[in-house]
Formats: sequence, structure tokens, C-alpha cells
Amino acid sequence: MENFLQLLIAKYNYWIYITLMMIGLFGVIAKNNLVKKIVGMSIFQTAIILFFVSMGMKKGATIPIVLHDHGAPSPVQAVDYINPLPHVLMLTAIVVAVSTLGVALALAVKVYKKYGTLEEDEILEQIRNS
Amino acid sequence: MTEHLPALIVVVPLLTSFLVFALGWFRKDLCFPAGLCGLAVAASSCIGLLVKVIRWGPVTYKLGGWEAPWGIVYVVDTLNGMVLAAVCLSASLQWIWSGPSVRRYFHDRLGALYGLQMLFVTGLLGMTVTGDAFNLYVLLEIASITAYALIAMGPERASLSSLNYVFMGTLGACFYLLGVGYLYIMTGTLNMADLGSLLTKLHSSGAIQVAFIVIMVGLWLKMAFFPLHGWLPNAYTHAPSPVSGLIAPLMTKVMVYVMIRINLHVFGPAYCFEKLGLDRAVLWLAVVAIVMGSVMALAQKDLRRMLTYVILIEVGYMVGGFWLGNRSGITGAILHLLNDVFMTLCAFLAVGNLLYRLPGCTFAELKGAFSKMPFTMGALVATALSIVGVPPTCGFFSKWYLLLGALEAGHYGFLGALIFSSLVSLVLFFRVFEQAFFTLQDHENAKHPFSFTLQEAPVQMVLPLLIAAAGLVALGVLSGEIVSGMVEPVIPPTVF
Repeated sequence: MENFLQLLIAKYNYWIYITLMMIGLFGVIAKNNLVKKIVGMSIFQTAIILFFVSMGMKKGATIPIVLHDHGAPSPVQAVDYINPLPHVLMLTAIVVAVSTLGVALALAVKVYKKYGTLEEDEILEQIRNS
Repeated sequence: MTEHLPALIVVVPLLTSFLVFALGWFRKDLCFPAGLCGLAVAASSCIGLLVKVIRWGPVTYKLGGWEAPWGIVYVVDTLNGMVLAAVCLSASLQWIWSGPSVRRYFHDRLGALYGLQMLFVTGLLGMTVTGDAFNLYVLLEIASITAYALIAMGPERASLSSLNYVFMGTLGACFYLLGVGYLYIMTGTLNMADLGSLLTKLHSSGAIQVAFIVIMVGLWLKMAFFPLHGWLPNAYTHAPSPVSGLIAPLMTKVMVYVMIRINLHVFGPAYCFEKLGLDRAVLWLAVVAIVMGSVMALAQKDLRRMLTYVILIEVGYMVGGFWLGNRSGITGAILHLLNDVFMTLCAFLAVGNLLYRLPGCTFAELKGAFSKMPFTMGALVATALSIVGVPPTCGFFSKWYLLLGALEAGHYGFLGALIFSSLVSLVLFFRVFEQAFFTLQDHENAKHPFSFTLQEAPVQMVLPLLIAAAGLVALGVLSGEIVSGMVEPVIPPTVF
């Protein structure tokens, strides 16, 4: 039990991302409304973005801009700086997430114009009856 | 000049797609030739590169001059050289073929359709050529998002099918990204070659195991491997016919290529086939995929929908063949990947031609199609022979390697599934040809069985189809050279 608690507290960033990811997955799979599904998908993507962002974090480190002592640069210690690479990667992933969200919402509008509803079961019933 | 070929493969289609988008606003008639020029440049650089790679070995191109583990590199060996050439050639054939039907259905949205098609090809080429795990994710999403948009341009249920594809596809890409994150935590690198060498020391790590499984699930979602295939039949059936001729042959095949690349050169065959012990489970999954795909294909009454289930069967072949884990099986999977690009291309081009002239392509509507459209149906027969696996066509040779692999691995379930699905394909296509050849359309023709009116699709649509069909035979005849020159060198010597 104590081990488990330690695991829970020491790796809290992982637990947060897993919880968010599962909420998103639940939304995509279980929700009936298409927009709710899109929201779930967006939460899922955000969870992974947060996972990457937390991965670059170091205790007691600062933003990755090299400090200068006005003329005499001190040797750079990697421990003093947060790893910027995962953050930079996530800039791209955010762009991808935004465009996916845009496409998905545009499609939802198209679906709504065609069927007059966003509830999946009602749409499927209309398709079955036609 | 030739040292910049790998960059040209991606940059030229990318710039062309923007050019085509812009031309769509003021000179619509120039969209088609401009795109064709872009594809021609990309195709010739692919073929030039392939020849270079076969002669002098793999090529590495550093983008912006950054050295390997830090910068993004493009790596071309015979495996992806071959896939690149296949993607470029089939995209060019499709581009020429789609001209008349795009003008008929999309005259008001010409620029958007052509621009998206070009961007889709860019994504696929980039995914194939890149040697960086994260870069692959970005290009995968470029290809996927354009595919969603292209499919949604279709009539009727297209937007709903496309939305389902968005959900499944995005989950797949996210799983892949998550796996890459785990790999980055463990190794601190994103370069595939670097990952490959660092991972050899980490075989017992649990995080790597999670990364492997998550990446595989993501890729299987994208390639529609059996339990994760839900999005594919609807998306490809409801897509507009010019578009399904582009997406159906290429998307799943490139994803299979990515799986092969990641398993062989990132995790390594020792990890996948020996350490993990998952190969039997995946093989049985492939068996189920093939059998279920065959059964569901039998239940269809529409030619295009039936072909989407044939794609599922072929994905089962390739995944199963690869996971046999021996030299013949992997050779079969890679060869089948190449062949299947052209088989599916041929099949969907033929369906597009039928849809251009006929109201639909349910079996009832195909009555008398042979007498009306002999060239299209002839090409469809060649495709069917290849999918069933009849010797002069290419399908036979890859299936032969797969069968050999199954025998060597002693996996009789996969062997049985291969034979079962070949027999089912025979039935599937015979049903189509029976309707199209022996049933005459109406009473007029019944009175005069030898009089018919030719209603073939335009030459611009028939010619690319016939070239693709001839390609099926050519690939079959050349399969020995392809295996010895391109497939053998990329399989690691540790695989027997």
C-alpha cells in the first residue's frame, strides 16, 4: 500500500495524463452526441500533449535560455535548464490537434445540415429508414 | 543535383499543392497540368533515387545540414525507394485517370480537390522517406487530415463516414505519438537509426514494451487491421469515386510500410519475434482478419463495398506475413505490399470507370457490363486474377512467398486462411463476372444477343487503367528481380 502511494505521488504527472486520456477515450467511444465525441477526441489529444510537456520538466531548472554574466559566459549545465525539445514537438502537435478539431467540427456541421440532428442513434435510424 | 533528390520528393508536391490551390481561384484549367507536372517531377526523382539506391546502397539526406541525431534526416533504402516509386507512379496514373470524372463532379471545387489530393500524396511520400519518428507523425497527420477532407467531399453519407474516420484515425495517430513519447523518455532520441541502436540494450524494459504495443495499436488503427477496421468500409465506399482511386490503394499500404520499417529497423526483429512472444497472438489475429474479411466480403452486393473488404483481407495477409518472422514471410509481406498498391489501384480505377457510365455498381446494375465496357471489365478480370493469385499476375508470387513462410513457420492456421481467402476471392469475383458477362441487360438485347452498343469510359480513363493492369503482369514477371534486388537487401541478416 505504501509503495503504491509512493508511486501515485511521485509520478503524479503520469496519473493525470492517464486519467485525462481515459476520459477522452470514454467520450469518443461511449457518447452518443457527435460534438461530445469530438470534445472527447480533443481531450485525448490534450492529454498526450500534457504528457510530453511534463516529460521535459526538471526539478529546480529554469527556462532554456542560456544565462550570460555580461560578457563572460559561464559553462552551460544541462541540469539547470528544462529540456525544450518535447515542448517544441508539442507546438507541432498542437497545430495538428487544432486542425483535426477544425475538420471534425466542419464535418459535424455538414452532418447536421444533412440529417438535422447530431445524435448518432437518430442519424443511424434515418439512414436505416431511407 | 542528385544529392538533393530525397528533398525534392517532398518539396515539389508540397509547393505544387499550394500552386494548385491558388490556380483553382483564377485559372481552373491549369490545375490539372500543373499538378501533373509536379507529380511527374516527384515520380522521376523517385525512380532516379531508386536506381541510385539499388546501385550504390542507402542514401541519407540531412535536412538543413543538421547532423543525424539532432536534425531530421531522410533515409532511402530499397524498401522505401520501392514504396516511394509505387506511390508516385500510382498517384500519377490516378491523376490522369481522374481528369474527366473530376470535371464532371467537381467543376465548382476543382482547385480544392486537386490541392488536397496533392497534399495527401505529399504526406504519404514524406511518411515513406523520413527517418525521424516524430516527423513521421506530422506527415501521417497531414495525409490523414487531407484524407478526411477528401472523403467528406462525397455525396450522401460521406460526411458521417468521414467523421467516424476522424475519430478512429485521430486515436490511432495519438497512440503512435504516445509510443514515440515513451521511446523518447527511454532513449532521448527521435532518429530511427539512433533509436534502433539504443534499443538493443533496453530489451527488458517495461516502458519499451508499452511503447511497442501502443505504437502497434496506433498503426493498426490507421491501416484497418481486423478488430480496428470499423472506419474503412464506409469511408472508402462513400468517398467520391475519383478520390477512392487515390486513397484506397495508398493509405493502408503506406501504413503497412511504416509498421515494417518500425519493427525491422527501430525495435529490431530480435525484439519483435523473440523477446516479446507476441508473434503467435498477432498471427492468429491476422488469421481472424483474413477469414472475417472474406466472410464479410461475401455478404456484400455492391462491387465497391466488396472491394473495401478485399482491402481488409490484404491487410491481414501483409500483417500476418510479416509476423511469421521468417525470411520468406517478410519477403512475401513486402512484395505483397508493392503488388497490392497496383491491384487495389486497378480495382478502384475500374470501379470509377463503371461509375462514370453506370448509375451504380451493385451487382444488379452491372448486368451486361462486359458488352458495354469491354476494356474496363477486361482490366477488372486481370485484377481479379491477381487478387485470387493466378500465375502470370503479380498476386501469385507474393502469395507463394507467404505460403512458403507459413509452411516454414509451421503455422497451419495462417496457411489455411490464405487458401480459404483465395477460394473466397474466386467466388467473389465470379459472382460479379457472372452478372456482367452472362446476364444481358434488357429484352432488346435478349432478342439480338450479338448486337450491343459500346459505352466505354473516355480514353483518358481507360488508358491509365490498362497501363495499371499491364503493370500487374509486369510486376509478376519481374518479381524475381524485385525480390533479389530490392527486398532481400533490406531484411536484416539475423532473420532466417
